[in-house]
Amino acid sequence: MTIYGALFYLLAGITLVAAVLAVTRKDPMHAVLYLVAALLATAAIFLLLGAPLPAILQVVIYAGAIMVFYLFIIMLLGPRGEGGSIAPRRAALPGLLAGLFLAAAWIVFDGDPGVKTVLSASQASAAALGAFLVKTYWPVLEAVSILLFAALVAALVLCRPRRPHPGGQAGRT
Amino acid sequence: MIVPLEHVLILAAALFALGAACAVMRRGVIMILVGVEIMFTGAAVAFIGAALRWQSLDGQAAVILAMGLAAAELAFGLALLVHARRRGGSLKSDRYTGLGGRT
Repeated sequence: MTIYGALFYLLAGITLVAAVLAVTRKDPMHAVLYLVAALLATAAIFLLLGAPLPAILQVVIYAGAIMVFYLFIIMLLGPRGEGGSIAPRRAALPGLLAGLFLAAAWIVFDGDPGVKTVLSASQASAAALGAFLVKTYWPVLEAVSILLFAALVAALVLCRPRRPHPGGQAGRT
Repeated sequence: MIVPLEHVLILAAALFALGAACAVMRRGVIMILVGVEIMFTGAAVAFIGAALRWQSLDGQAAVILAMGLAAAELAFGLALLVHARRRGGSLKSDRYTGLGGRT
């Protein structure tokens, strides 16, 4: 096993352990902090697999901006422990199904010679990816920007404070 | 030489299964959103591994687009959460029974 292989298994272990801890925590605050750890380890995996731009964006946008936003919302919504505990009876069926899914995926991957290829290390430059994204995927980029704008408008409308309408009628909510 | 693509895909499948189980079995809406985030991460790992295997930039482009999608989804989900809380609701998904006729 090369040093890159060892690094990959280490990072994969960190990601999985952090994800399991995030899923099983009672307090949403702890869950989100473990999720940040899992996302940072995933960013390192991206870097290892030759994707520097997604790795940086994962750290800056995902683990940075989105997760901080998440923590703000949890703090804003007040009392902790709103995550609710996990009743074993309730967790049994989803856990079983997830295990079955994982076993099925393992069997499929095991029987397919196409995925046995050992990946060789190479890097895609950020400039090449950016040019490719704008040149080939510009309609999708525009669609994502419209989607973000729609989400922004929806968030503003939903969180608008309720105040009486100047006309004397009750304000729309 | 890093690892076989198989191991990357197994990591992605494990993350996806974990996130899906979390989204189904937890009652707090915040924890459901955490599960969805973990599912997004699993998909991103599979995309990056495939991009390296076939030496193509499409997989990496898909990850960046999915990141924008996740941001929009989360902004809207958390706004809904604040709205539900402000209307006197709870953060437990079991309590959202307004359409069930029992209020």
